[in-house]
Amino acid sequence: MLLFEKSREGRGCAILPECDVPVVLPQEKDARKQPLHMPALSEPELSRHYTELAHKTRGVNDGFYPLGSCTMKYNPRVNEQIAALEGFNQIHPLQPQGTVQGCMEVMALAEKYLCEITGMDHMTLQPAAGAHGELTGLLLMKAYHTSKGNTHKTKILVPDSAHGTNPASAAMAGYTVVSIPSGDDGCVDIEKLKEAAGDDIAGLMLTNPNTVGLFDKNIREITQIVHDCGGLCYYDGANLNAVMGIVRPGDMGFDIVHLNLHKTFSTPHGGGGPGAGPVGCKEELAQFLPSVLVEKDGDDLHFTKPEHSIGEMKSFYGNFLVVVKALTYILTLGREGIPQASSNAVLNANYMMNQLKDLYTMAYDDICMHEFVMSLADLKKDTGISAMDIAKGLLDNNIHPPTMYFPLIVEEALMVEPTETESRETLDEAVAVFRQLHAQAAADPEGLHHAPTKTPVTRLDEVGAARHPHLRYHFED
Amino acid sequence: MGSYIPNTGKEQLEMLKSMGYSSMDDLFAAIPDDMKLKDGLALPEGKSELEVSRIMKGIAAKNRVFSSIFRGAGAYNHYIPAVVSSVLSNESVQTAYTPYQAEISQGLLQSIFEYQTMICDLTGMDASNASVYDGAEAAAEGIAMCRDKKRNRALISAAVLPAALETVKTYCFGNEIELEIIPEKNGVTDLDYLKEHMDKSVACVYIQHPNYYGNLEDAEAIGEIVHESGAKYIMGVNPISLGVLKTPAEYGADIAVGEGQPLGLPMAFGGPYLGFMACREKMMRKLPGRIVGQTVDADGKTGYVLTLQAREQHIRREKASSNICSNQALCALAVGVYLAAMGNEGLEKAATQCMSKAHYLADQLTGAGFAVENKGDFFHEFVTVSSKDTDKVLAALEKENILGGQKLDDHRILWCCTEMNTKEDMDLLVRIVKEV
Repeated sequence: MLLFEKSREGRGCAILPECDVPVVLPQEKDARKQPLHMPALSEPELSRHYTELAHKTRGVNDGFYPLGSCTMKYNPRVNEQIAALEGFNQIHPLQPQGTVQGCMEVMALAEKYLCEITGMDHMTLQPAAGAHGELTGLLLMKAYHTSKGNTHKTKILVPDSAHGTNPASAAMAGYTVVSIPSGDDGCVDIEKLKEAAGDDIAGLMLTNPNTVGLFDKNIREITQIVHDCGGLCYYDGANLNAVMGIVRPGDMGFDIVHLNLHKTFSTPHGGGGPGAGPVGCKEELAQFLPSVLVEKDGDDLHFTKPEHSIGEMKSFYGNFLVVVKALTYILTLGREGIPQASSNAVLNANYMMNQLKDLYTMAYDDICMHEFVMSLADLKKDTGISAMDIAKGLLDNNIHPPTMYFPLIVEEALMVEPTETESRETLDEAVAVFRQLHAQAAADPEGLHHAPTKTPVTRLDEVGAARHPHLRYHFED
Repeated sequence: MGSYIPNTGKEQLEMLKSMGYSSMDDLFAAIPDDMKLKDGLALPEGKSELEVSRIMKGIAAKNRVFSSIFRGAGAYNHYIPAVVSSVLSNESVQTAYTPYQAEISQGLLQSIFEYQTMICDLTGMDASNASVYDGAEAAAEGIAMCRDKKRNRALISAAVLPAALETVKTYCFGNEIELEIIPEKNGVTDLDYLKEHMDKSVACVYIQHPNYYGNLEDAEAIGEIVHESGAKYIMGVNPISLGVLKTPAEYGADIAVGEGQPLGLPMAFGGPYLGFMACREKMMRKLPGRIVGQTVDADGKTGYVLTLQAREQHIRREKASSNICSNQALCALAVGVYLAAMGNEGLEKAATQCMSKAHYLADQLTGAGFAVENKGDFFHEFVTVSSKDTDKVLAALEKENILGGQKLDDHRILWCCTEMNTKEDMDLLVRIVKEV
């Protein structure tokens, strides 16, 4: 039941005192006439309503969540506790710099450590999410090329295995997208790349390990080809959790990197945000960064504006509390813990893949990085059971499904990313469920077509939802 | 060293051996050796929870928490009901991903549907998305929504939040919409200039109401001018003000956007906040970002799903209306809980107190050597001009642990009052600045 349906006139919470100064209201011409319909509920009812909603929501803490490309690792509790400190929470963003030295120290440390992990020289913490970081990175490219008079560079190379945000971000930055096909091994087809790499190329967007979970070993050649035609290389940090402390995007030849603090650096996803998508770059590009950078002047920290900044990507300095959590995480893991997180993420993925590959077809039968992709095309042909059906079957077994139907280059794809924060027992249990569902696909396909049955609702009519959009509750008056 | 890896070193080795490997290095064979980091990362050693907690608390202690705040300018100090943080601390909600799997995300999806309803009701609009990054970014997304093949110009008032203006400029550098700034006259958008610069190539006009200086714009008249040329009218609004002020819909706007932070989110040195976006039904399919819709399940039971996804990047790739995927879901939840806890009465009270207190302070400052610059009505922000040096005024307040208004120049200050500022606080402030 919706809040509005539970609402009863006259109920409410006593939050504010009476006004202690003479009341001033807007003149008639500016006074609100439309009625307001905020719910009228007492606090006990309200509190229970949200507890009920929480019960119908599944987070990492409710069980295994191997959602590929999303890095659903455990979100440490201490991070939340630190971000809730009054000394971070109750700070106005426009306070005098002398009164926010702590916040600036957080920014300076986060920039320094994240640059070290990525092999970049400077980093802006302003972008609020991965996609926001992508746009920021592309605008850096655009500013760079504009400053060089390279107005003929109008195209961005994006592999066909890329996340949809890559081409969408390129379009928002005013670029035309050139799709580069992947080879049979799931990596960039070097010959095709060479053909596409001309004088009109502004840059390349790539993630490595790529979206099929493989490390592209030709990466230096790839970045060289792009540099040779005067382009810049952009690293989508979606998959950094595989290689932290092992290899750095900067050493692969990338010029710009975005990170997803809500993936790699353990900050919670919050049901779809807030995240943070800091963007790092090489020295030459730092002059174009948005927002401000923190500089040290003796013991004092102060803000500086990059000389040819692209401007602001949003208000203020980014999703600051998310940065606080990520910094807490980096300090906790430290120089040894960071690479261990990555190696265990890779270990867990390979461990699961190895126990499934006799039954499920792996899209690429090679050592994977932090995730692997299965193709259920054969299973579907044999039994009629699709990737969607297996995913829904997992729901009835208290496992969040892998990412479905991505990357687009793999038919009936399921992309599995266990992360390092899962125990061997959890992986073993999940393997057993996957195997059992495979057996069920042959034995009882009809049952799987109807899964899930143990969830608060069964499969929902998405087509109807889009055809007849019902996007809000309608009040009677 | 802190770690969140359950498997012990012994277990890790067993797992490796079960696959025929002898060490972790075997798993990274695809990475060329000469590319790998030789000496590890130059980071401090890992630490225990207690040590990290001490360090971070030490850093937080270097910030000054003011006992009273009279600064707004884009971030507002409002009371946050206790129930808000209590709901947000729930681990299922906090640690969930975007609700792609609707069957196990009904709670989250319903909370977004409720949020969308509240935003529509607040603004008077028909459809809302599930939020974007913040108010400034919402302004930029709103402008991008309006362009079409024939209309590639956007006009924006100079009297908007500077960060919103800057963000819009940056986005327009990317999407190559021609942006033109409408100057301000006496603290409000210059209507004559607007009239002269409207034509059929203008896709939209963006104004903020109340504007950066707290002034109420002649919002209805602006709407009429904009619509005469067939352009879209976007209003950036303060959500608290909608407790007493006309809705963007009543003023004739096509799209309403704004900063959601005043609705239950802490100032938090600038983020995370959220941008709300709502529009008329005919523009619904142009809204960027996630949108939740009501539907039914296979058994006919009411349920909620992410919908109208044909607009989005994962389907349309470079043809998508925006690249945005994650919204600020947890912040949207905070807004929902905040508005539910406040109710109509609470919201009207907050809005009334904001406006009343700002007028009280303005009156008191007038008797203390300051003149109020605002010519017409203002909401909870206003500008004073004085012969007193702004830096000295603010420094005198800072000494008493009061964060004064935002400096506009050496003699002008932008003040803000909310329900948090008591009469005693305001009287104290006036006594202090009088002495400067």
